[in-house]
Amino acid sequence: MSWLTAFLAAIGRAVMGGLALIGRLAIYGGATLSHVVHPPIYLKEILQSLLNVGYFSLPVVGLTAIFTGGALALQIYSGGSRFNAEAVVPQIVAIGMVRELGPVLVGLMVAARVTSSIAAEIATMKVTEQIDALVTLSTHPMKYLTVPRVLAGLIMVPLLVGVGDIIGILGGYVVGVRSLGFNASAYLQNTFDFIEARDVVSSLVKGAAFGFIATLLGCYYGMNTGRGAQGVGRATKSAVEAAAVLILAANFLLTSIFFSL
Amino acid sequence: MIELRDIHKSFGANRVLRGVNLTIPSGSSMVIIGGSGTGKSIALKCILGLVTPDSGLITLDGKDVTKGDRDAFLARFGMLFQGGALFDSLPVWQNVAFRLLRGSLKRPKAEAREIAIEKLRRVGLKPEQADLYPAELSGGMQKRVGLARAIAAEPEIIFFDEPTTGLDPIMAGVINDLIREIVTEMGATAMTITHDMTSVRAIADNVAMLHDGVIQWTGPVSEMDASGDPYLAQFITGSPDGPIEAVR
Repeated sequence: MSWLTAFLAAIGRAVMGGLALIGRLAIYGGATLSHVVHPPIYLKEILQSLLNVGYFSLPVVGLTAIFTGGALALQIYSGGSRFNAEAVVPQIVAIGMVRELGPVLVGLMVAARVTSSIAAEIATMKVTEQIDALVTLSTHPMKYLTVPRVLAGLIMVPLLVGVGDIIGILGGYVVGVRSLGFNASAYLQNTFDFIEARDVVSSLVKGAAFGFIATLLGCYYGMNTGRGAQGVGRATKSAVEAAAVLILAANFLLTSIFFSL
Repeated sequence: MIELRDIHKSFGANRVLRGVNLTIPSGSSMVIIGGSGTGKSIALKCILGLVTPDSGLITLDGKDVTKGDRDAFLARFGMLFQGGALFDSLPVWQNVAFRLLRGSLKRPKAEAREIAIEKLRRVGLKPEQADLYPAELSGGMQKRVGLARAIAAEPEIIFFDEPTTGLDPIMAGVINDLIREIVTEMGATAMTITHDMTSVRAIADNVAMLHDGVIQWTGPVSEMDASGDPYLAQFITGSPDGPIEAVR
């Protein structure tokens, strides 16, 4: 029975570890949000973070969205043709991008690009004593480092999702009109007629949630890094892994909520 | 005056500080020596609140450092970190003027820059180096910038963590002289951590030796060589033979 006990103990440890992490993240997230409403607010750092998280992510988000929209149009056309439903390409591309693929892909790309960069930067600051230096210079590290980045995630990722949705639909439009023989104005008409306000709202809400998760986890793992280069590497890897998994889990949860409304 | 009373600190099973008692009189320069991993930096970080002791009391001018306004407490300190701990994303002058650009000591940007350039000049750097980034400076220059940052807000107490580590002997001598001059002219209380006996002789009014988590010996630097303490004598001579175990 010893192997069974060891097996169950390993599962128990993993579950307890996971729950403890969620607890620590909740406390860290709560503390971050409480610092948002208490001065001082570092405006310059917030503007810099808005640029880093939002503007500089535009190329990767745009490229991801346009290729995904194009591929989606081809897949729907190909699959739909099996039961004479090729005509629904504009509607399915629109709903697929806005409700699901836009927010998820943007969230994952932000996790890859922004979470990793935040975690590595803050972890390096930690191991080189720059965080301690901030404290001795009467500057709260959470206010100076975490709050600007998390605010940028909350503000900019929904905008990136909006841009990603539009570019994704554009990718489908280009493929639909150029390769699949759709009429350009009919394609656009079908797209806009089909999308509802609640689709757009759900997309943007998901974007805000994913932006919060991606930036918060980057900051959390950076602040709690181990020692040396190995510690920085491990913090960065763990931050991206955790952000990706939590984004997908949050996507399921939010989709379930919107589905039930 | 800074006083540490029976300070204990453990990390897991590793009992780093086991009852540290130390007094640093105002306006004096105390140097703490001891082998690597003996907890010198931890003791210093305990005073600043960067590490929380498991037990014991630390007072500054008779007041418990864990009580009261933390910003006002930290505003009395300046610190030079071992690796400089300069902010990579900021140019040199903004590193030096960091405290003067935000928080309770905030000044207009032009005035903060002027003060930063004056402090840089004080540590032997030129105004044109103010707009460089830390990565563009040599190790010695980074130490000087760290020193300029530590003194920028004219603190009453300055901590120096291994100020000459990684520097050649000539640059180490320059930094030691700068520290001594600055501490004397500012009338500041200084606490320095070092392994470097040349630094000890250049900087210290008083010396404390930390070993096995306690202060083994403390006294004026003038009495250090004739202390008769076997731990201190071995550390000063750098001999492998003595009560301090040398791992080969």
